[in-house]
Amino acid sequence: MESTVEPSVITELRKTPLNAMHRRLGAKMVNFGGWDMPVEYPSRGGLVAEHKAVRGGVGVFDVSHMGDIRIVTAHAHGGALAAVQHITMNDAAKLAIGQAQYSAMLYPSGTFVDDVIVHRLGDDDFLLVINAGTREKDINWVRENTASHDCKVEELSDTYTQLAIQGPRAIEVLQKLTDINLHPIKNYWFTHGSVCGLKNILIARTGYTGEDGFEIYVPSDVATSEALWAKVLEAGREFGIIPCGLGCRNTLRLEAKMALYGHEISENINVWEAGLDRYCKMEKGDFIGRSELQRAKDAGLNRTLVGLEMIERGIARDEYRCVDEQGEPVGVITSGSPSPTLCKNIALAYLPPSMSAMGTTTYVQIRNQKAKAQVVPTPFYKRAKKSTTQQLASNV
Amino acid sequence: MTYPPSYRYTQQHEWIDVKDGLGTIGITDYAQHELGDVVFVELPKPGTKIQVGKSFGTVESVKAVSEIYAPVSGEVVEANAELEATPEKLNSDPHNSAWLIRVKLADPAELAKLMDAKAYEAYISEKNKEASA
Repeated sequence: MESTVEPSVITELRKTPLNAMHRRLGAKMVNFGGWDMPVEYPSRGGLVAEHKAVRGGVGVFDVSHMGDIRIVTAHAHGGALAAVQHITMNDAAKLAIGQAQYSAMLYPSGTFVDDVIVHRLGDDDFLLVINAGTREKDINWVRENTASHDCKVEELSDTYTQLAIQGPRAIEVLQKLTDINLHPIKNYWFTHGSVCGLKNILIARTGYTGEDGFEIYVPSDVATSEALWAKVLEAGREFGIIPCGLGCRNTLRLEAKMALYGHEISENINVWEAGLDRYCKMEKGDFIGRSELQRAKDAGLNRTLVGLEMIERGIARDEYRCVDEQGEPVGVITSGSPSPTLCKNIALAYLPPSMSAMGTTTYVQIRNQKAKAQVVPTPFYKRAKKSTTQQLASNV
Repeated sequence: MTYPPSYRYTQQHEWIDVKDGLGTIGITDYAQHELGDVVFVELPKPGTKIQVGKSFGTVESVKAVSEIYAPVSGEVVEANAELEATPEKLNSDPHNSAWLIRVKLADPAELAKLMDAKAYEAYISEKNKEASA
């Protein structure tokens, strides 16, 4: 047996403050973008059990490898807002203080530097949460492209341990550890409050799983990080919480069709191709990438991101080719995996628009044979909205 | 889990159990543990010739695709059809009911190059030390 997963330990891997904790829990560790991260915890059931815990109950992830960049001015005169508007594609002016948005930083070509979550901390104070593998590139990009703006750029990546508590019962777990009433916090909003006695902790109702949940940002020293991790597990015990690795983080986000940098989005893929139109506000004014995106929009798409479901036996994997009936290449799989929730083999792929209609048959080249797949609606999984059940209840 | 003393083992974590010139081949408990939840198995049809050290099939977990290498050369006489519907058996019973293929050995002398259970156990305990280093 030999795995095609890339071998680890080529250069010195970076570690989060919870690295020793993961090893004590018997996590299987992998090299993820230069970081030594837990992919799953076999002793607690492994990837599928972790995935199901998040869909049906609650799980906790160490996501401290994510980076954080603060863009701020001292006197709230709009310099930071102007800088954020210049380097990101969503409209940060629409954010209230305490609100966050999915957005992206673009190259002038309209392709991706990285996708980011922009949090408005104050009138002229923003926190960008960025990907682990693109940290250095991102911080350099932000510094270079905000140099002419009147704002301060701080890299805070190593000052936070970031935990993601995800799943329908996440709110009950975190509620036990904080005085703040979490219920009024809406999806993609955040607040500051004490967690386990730690003051002024950023608590955001965000995540990368397609499930309800929270991300908290605590001081990154090992003692604090380990104590908090243990308290979250303790508080979650009655709800069946388990530690979750990057393996299920990937299957969860894939089911929810959330983009992963280097896969669905990259420096070679533009906003329209990735189908992220609703996060790109062309009407907000100029921003890096806008003029080329306008041109690309007028020119039309050559490829578009679609969801696939395997019909024939076989699992589509990242970078496998999509082919037509004759075996000619027509596209590429960006992410593919068995879906633990749906018990089907699913994938995201770039295909020509002419082959992207729902129900269209395509083929995936799997080793030396092609397996039939079809285009299906996305997201593959969408959680039931609580408000709907509440509405139904009140209608009765 | 114990490694049956009558089996022979490869460095790529396959086992072979030979009786009367017929070898039953599978993957070891160590291998299934490394893979995680097995969700897909692809095996050669009876009549296929396999060659020592060459890939003859694949086992996939949710996360990864792994090639399976032939511990010996020979001709496939049977593939474990049950694994198509119940690949998870590879996690629960890798040394017995979740065997992969049966082969008629081309050259029984090839067996001498494989590890016995003791040598294999020593080999994986070194691997585990590396992993936790």
